[in-house]
Amino acid sequence: MTTKGPGADLGRSGRLIADITASGRGALVGFLHVGYPDVATSLLAVEALCSQERSGDDQRPGVDLVEVGLPYSDPMMDGVTVQRAGTKALARGVRTRDAFAAVEAVAATGTQAVVMTYWNLIEQYGPDSFARDLAAAGGSGAITPDLTPDEATAWIAATDAHGLDRIFLVSPSSTDERIAATVAACRGWVYATAVMGVTGVRSQASAAGPALVRRIRRADPTAMVGVGLGVSNGAQARDVTTYADAVIVGSALVRTLLAAEDDGRPDDLSGLRAVVADLAAGVRASTSVVS
Amino acid sequence: MVIQTPSVGSPPTLPDASGHFDQFGGKFVPEALYAALAQLEAEFHAAQADPAFATELNALLADYTGRPSPITEVPRFAAHAAPTGGVAPTIVLKREDLNHTGSHKINNVLGQALLTRRMGKTRVIAETGAGQHGVATATAAALFGLDCTVYMGRVDTERQALNVARMRLLGAEVIAVESGSRTLKDAMNDAMRDWVSSVDHTHYLIGTVAGPHPFPLLVREFQRIIGTEARAQILQRYDRLPDAIAACVGGGSNALGIFADFVPDPEVALYGFEAGGAGVQTGRHAATISAGSVGVLHGMRTYVLQDADGQTRESHSISAGLDYPGVGPEHSWLAYTGRGHYEAVTDAEAMDAFALLSRTEGIMPAIESAHALAGAVKLGRRLPQRSDGTPPLILVNLSGRGDKDVDTAVRWFDVDTSGSPSTAGQTR
Repeated sequence: MTTKGPGADLGRSGRLIADITASGRGALVGFLHVGYPDVATSLLAVEALCSQERSGDDQRPGVDLVEVGLPYSDPMMDGVTVQRAGTKALARGVRTRDAFAAVEAVAATGTQAVVMTYWNLIEQYGPDSFARDLAAAGGSGAITPDLTPDEATAWIAATDAHGLDRIFLVSPSSTDERIAATVAACRGWVYATAVMGVTGVRSQASAAGPALVRRIRRADPTAMVGVGLGVSNGAQARDVTTYADAVIVGSALVRTLLAAEDDGRPDDLSGLRAVVADLAAGVRASTSVVS
Repeated sequence: MVIQTPSVGSPPTLPDASGHFDQFGGKFVPEALYAALAQLEAEFHAAQADPAFATELNALLADYTGRPSPITEVPRFAAHAAPTGGVAPTIVLKREDLNHTGSHKINNVLGQALLTRRMGKTRVIAETGAGQHGVATATAAALFGLDCTVYMGRVDTERQALNVARMRLLGAEVIAVESGSRTLKDAMNDAMRDWVSSVDHTHYLIGTVAGPHPFPLLVREFQRIIGTEARAQILQRYDRLPDAIAACVGGGSNALGIFADFVPDPEVALYGFEAGGAGVQTGRHAATISAGSVGVLHGMRTYVLQDADGQTRESHSISAGLDYPGVGPEHSWLAYTGRGHYEAVTDAEAMDAFALLSRTEGIMPAIESAHALAGAVKLGRRLPQRSDGTPPLILVNLSGRGDKDVDTAVRWFDVDTSGSPSTAGQTR
């Protein structure tokens, strides 16, 4: 097995993605909130994202990395689907600390987990306390959509102190200088937002994705790159992994839970499992086209 | 009198180059917005250095807005602000209510509309609470031929329906925001979401000294003219500086506008009056500095109304324009350093002041501005006489007029709108 050479600080989650790409396919990253439809069910839902190991039957691969989303009152990057679930989770009383329970639930399956959260929730918990408790729960790191390295002094110190990955975002509008600085500040992997816009399912994959990944690789050829925003099915996921190391799926998973609740079956995870199976098959079908 | 209209302002010491007022301010935004903020900052600095920009803006402020706005002494109102057995203060209003579109909001909007044109963008978006900033933005968009979309919380569209109609008549699209608390903060969230998707051709014309850098800086500089004019007007009429300045604070643009030129004058006390809603002790208020804690909201570190986890609390105020759970970061800094004083005024106190100014002076203030008037009454009752024996001089920023608030006032005071039967010509 070969991984990309020294350079980027891959941390736990970047090493995982590097190992998967070395095996000949792209990695699959799945997002769900903790707390939706309620905290207890959300723990089952994040477990359902993970590979289902059953005796003599490993035919149900899952995601390679779980993003546990913390609902926030003012989620300025979230599209309507993710907002709707997050708002309901908050109304039902989800707390910051519940994210650590979700991370533990994922880690217990043998799958890695990162938390995705807007910065104020970490700031109020205390950056060092948050990093400590996330590490203790078995988490690999965190994605911070509204925190760029410019304002991240405290977070960089906390993640260094507790050995966590810190995944920052880059965008098609980022300058080359900012891409280089952001990639250098990341540990783990780099989150490329491939479309200019908020989260949400899009029917067509973004043309901006490949160009952005190329620019990130110019800044650091060893960086692991995940591409998110807009992917909803296995075919789209496969397309993304032809040029990126990982594909990130969020809204398409969240909407299965919203649909279940709308149908009066909030505990029904069958829709979620079906989408995960399609996505997992999609990235595995990419073996022949990954160079 | 001729007032020197300023250029857009001399280089201020704060915020620093990265947009911080010490621990406050900054840029807590998605990377996708960074390029647009950098472009805006560069364009603002280029405009400040370009005499043609100041010339064009000053011409608009004079010929379109009607600046300078006058100051008005209000002795019949001030008589109600005397301490027990004492002498009434001198209260002077800075009449931003007389600006075109009815409030101070137009000052900032014209400046940012010129920046929009300089950046080659063809569309503006805005958030609005009371609708004053939305109306001002729709007005400037009409004047400059820009497309305009205004985000307004559903709750606010209902309590400020007249301003929704004004914006539509001016040609703007008005979007009623249904998310969250359906008020100003949620309108800002949706405007930010729009901007992330449309940033190449759209300018987000923020209406207050809040949000990520450079908005707190540039909105302050476009509103600075309020205090620059008022300082010269007060000096000319009273031959001294005011003892205190009173302004209402939601996001805080009218307050910083009138404060800015007085910040270096330590003898001038700066008072910001926040919306105390039903009373700070009830939890139903928008008194961010008085009762909040430091956090990050809408791209800035500032005082925020939030729970222990950092989830933003819903704010409450009879005044849509003050109904915001954050505040501009420079106000947080002024409060933190002690240069500014921030206090809460309840809905009831503000409505009393609304009625008092209307009935004693024939000036109907915006309910936002009525918070500053109520604050001035409190100040008048407690500020000491000056050492020369004259009463204290209090300058109030009358940031807007009350036409938009008539419906609210009718409900609050249970005003009979049917008129009394005529008895003219009847013999008694």
